[in-house]
Amino acid sequence: MPLLSVLIFFPVLGGLSLLFLERKAETVRLVALVVSLFELLFVLPIFFLFDKGTHQMQFREQYDWISALNINYALGIDGISVLFVLLTALITVLCVLVSWESIQEKAKEFYMALLVLEGAMVGVFCALDFFLFYVFWEAMLIPMFLIIGVWGGPNRLYATIKFFLYTLVGSLLMLVGIILLYLAAGRSFDILFLAGQAYPFKLQVLVFWLFFAAFAVKVPMWPVHTWLPDAHTEAPTAGSVILAGVLIKMGAYGFLRFSLPILPQATQAMLTPMLVLSVIAIVYGALVCLAQTDMKRLVAYSSVSHMGFVTLGLFALNQQGLEGSILQMINHGLVTGALFLAIGMVYDRTHTREIAAYGGLANIMPLFAGFFMVFTLAAVGLPGTNGFIGEWLILLGAFRAQPLYAVIAATGLILGAWYMLWLYQRIFFGGVNEGLRQLAPLNLREILTLAPLVLLIFWIGVYPDALLDFLRVSVGHLVEQVHGAGLAEAGRTALMAIP
Amino acid sequence: MIEQLVVLNPAAFSWGMITPVLPELVLLAIGVALIVLDLFAPRQRQLLPWMTVLGVSAVLLVNLGMYTPAEPGAMLRNDAYSAFFCTLCLASVILAALMREFYSTQVQSHQGEFYSLLVFSAVGMMIMVASVDLITIYLGLELMALPIYVLTGMHKKDLRTSEAAAKYFLMGVFASAFLLFGMSLLFGLTGTTNVAEIGAYIGRNNLADNASLVMALALLIAGLCFKVAVVPFHMWTPDVYEGAPTVLTAFMSVGPKAAGFAVFGRIMLAVFPELHANWGPVLALLAVLTMLVGNITALVQSSLKRMLAYSAIAHAGYALLGIAAGSASGMAAAMSYLFIYLFMNMGAFAILIIFSQGVEQGESIDSCRGMASRNPVLALCMLIFMFSLTGIPPTGGFTGKFYLFQSAVAAGYTAAVIAAVLLSAMSAFFYLRVIRLMYMSGPEQQPAITAPSVGMLVVLGIAVAGVLATGLVPGALFDWAQRAMLP
Repeated sequence: MPLLSVLIFFPVLGGLSLLFLERKAETVRLVALVVSLFELLFVLPIFFLFDKGTHQMQFREQYDWISALNINYALGIDGISVLFVLLTALITVLCVLVSWESIQEKAKEFYMALLVLEGAMVGVFCALDFFLFYVFWEAMLIPMFLIIGVWGGPNRLYATIKFFLYTLVGSLLMLVGIILLYLAAGRSFDILFLAGQAYPFKLQVLVFWLFFAAFAVKVPMWPVHTWLPDAHTEAPTAGSVILAGVLIKMGAYGFLRFSLPILPQATQAMLTPMLVLSVIAIVYGALVCLAQTDMKRLVAYSSVSHMGFVTLGLFALNQQGLEGSILQMINHGLVTGALFLAIGMVYDRTHTREIAAYGGLANIMPLFAGFFMVFTLAAVGLPGTNGFIGEWLILLGAFRAQPLYAVIAATGLILGAWYMLWLYQRIFFGGVNEGLRQLAPLNLREILTLAPLVLLIFWIGVYPDALLDFLRVSVGHLVEQVHGAGLAEAGRTALMAIP
Repeated sequence: MIEQLVVLNPAAFSWGMITPVLPELVLLAIGVALIVLDLFAPRQRQLLPWMTVLGVSAVLLVNLGMYTPAEPGAMLRNDAYSAFFCTLCLASVILAALMREFYSTQVQSHQGEFYSLLVFSAVGMMIMVASVDLITIYLGLELMALPIYVLTGMHKKDLRTSEAAAKYFLMGVFASAFLLFGMSLLFGLTGTTNVAEIGAYIGRNNLADNASLVMALALLIAGLCFKVAVVPFHMWTPDVYEGAPTVLTAFMSVGPKAAGFAVFGRIMLAVFPELHANWGPVLALLAVLTMLVGNITALVQSSLKRMLAYSAIAHAGYALLGIAAGSASGMAAAMSYLFIYLFMNMGAFAILIIFSQGVEQGESIDSCRGMASRNPVLALCMLIFMFSLTGIPPTGGFTGKFYLFQSAVAAGYTAAVIAAVLLSAMSAFFYLRVIRLMYMSGPEQQPAITAPSVGMLVVLGIAVAGVLATGLVPGALFDWAQRAMLP
């Protein structure tokens, strides 16, 4: 059974089928929920049938698509992509749930866009043909553009155009890079084949920077991060969650899947600028967080900082760094997604995101305060939560590779604790703001939205091997690809040293 | 020379001689029949568009089924190349006739001469795309252009259309003079007007460094660039496109332009392959300039029609990149792109015609405001066309551009391609503005839109299906274009 194709096209078709429904939010959202739940159900076989002992692509599918240009429809997942597919399916369900009440206008179009987006996102993680990957990568722009632009906040037009243009410029430059690789490799878009070829160093460097344009914008790395705060802030809650949860992971995924294995020499040569940019993002993002007055904007800038950790681990180019980086992407997706969900819930009640408008919320919504506490601590990286494992692995890897950067990055953790706890203090403690007295407690739907995230946060925090087992072999193979066989041996010994 | 004039001798005439031009002759007869009907059955004028559509479709089928083997010395050739472009041009005629039918009902006036002139112009395009001789190329070009000059100025009470017609005519004649001058130089150098023979002669005699040949090349490029509206020979385009009746603008930006590209490709690849090192970089530079001017100027337009006019200029730049590559694959990419452009541009113009409700001038971009609430289906169509013009998958605009960029990079024009992708990102800004107005601004008090007629629905259906099909499964189109480029 072509499982991955089902995962891609089921939500797309489900989304398009909404076209034929009546124009009532109640019906539409129910269908959307059912579709996204079924998608989550279809993902389960992957979770259980995935063979963790090999770095080979699994669940492969391959058909001719455009033979004139040797383009195939090729799908498959390995340890690096499998978790993202799972994450996408989970996050989409939560997005449908959180939009339940807040999206009333043009609900049909909204859920259509959301489900089509889900299909495209799964496609990005499954594609094994570079052209196919690019199609999914760009196709995501359309629904996301609409989600921010139609259902977003007051400044949504500015934010959505900015988001679209930044991403488009990056993607199109990547397209040129793809074409250069395609021609250099003798007209092939097969990602696995491309990774096995040797390219001249100059071409590698050129392509590396062309890819960098696309991936760095998506991550987002400093200094091309400026679209993110606007897009995050103006997007509706579901949009922010998707952006933080899945979309920005694609940049780092792109580095992992393309830049590292296909352009190993260029990656090695460009390490210093990449690490410097990562560290700047960590510290700069954290410092900017301290100055924010808008909750969503604060969390958005904290994403810049956290994604700095992800790229730092990535360009440490060793087993721990890469594992930590991938795990941290999942963690960040869950935790930041959770924070946006929580902020969305309180925003639905108060219609303000100004931190100053809150205070003493713990007295009014105690359960909500509890949830938010868990998410805050996970974002800070408290041991026992998933955030700790990811950051710890990244710092370990970075320290082995480049101690100086690891030390600077570690200051980001301190700043992170500062801005997150300070945010928590300003919202939940202190005198109760009079405007908040009438707020309703969390309803069952909202609790059901947040509860799975709390479970996952602790589950990964206590037993990270549940996810790390998926990655280990594939990451080991990736390290080999980047360093060549000799260094990989060292990587594997280092791996054994990890408790 | 003398034996070629034998056709003028009635005694030597045989019916076999005219078989290659049979489709053209049939089309000519249809054009005349349309005039006769228009004159003698004025009450049945609403049937004229449908007859045009039927007649042109029939000719298209006949032409596709007809393949005449290449004869030495033949002036016309029905090969795969001409079949491809013929389909493209006649399809634009059919779509234009259908759009005109809707427009006529909108303004309650049927003008019969529109259709006959359109058909005459189509005859010219057919001759152009099938020509392998400088004489017939020029003949076809003029036959195509003259009816369009008239059509441009058809709304004679409107000052702007008259201005557009006068401008177009003067500029067109000017360009033709360039072409003729270039052609005469070629003839003087090589002693033949046959395209393939000229190319062979140049190759045989190592004329590549000959100064007058380079002069001829420059003149031909200038003349052809006028015809396909490439910067810096584009000055006439925005005014003419804006002044002309909208249906005609849609037609002009696709059909005649494609025919122009057919000639452009034929001349560049058949006559001047030896000089590719000379004209390749020049065309690549012109292509980038065209995109630059087209996209930047489109940014600031407040009229939807004018914006589409400038976007048409920019898209000519993309297609030119394929010719600049100087390879069969580059030309195939340009051909595929022109075909995809037919769908997306005709579609966008169709929506523009519906939105502007019969008001011919000054279709402000604001007419799109709140369209998603007023008419979701039309808004969705326009959304698809705009994303396709921007070049976002899964639409044809993306696959077409991809193919173009791929062949241009393969030919070594990486810098030009990088410029092209950046400019195409810039174009997103004004295409998205339409979407933004449709989906993200509240509707104003505006009169209800006239429901699209059957003809218009057919146009929209073809355009949407074409854009999506070429976006999802472009293989068939690419294969067809590649086959057309095989010698």
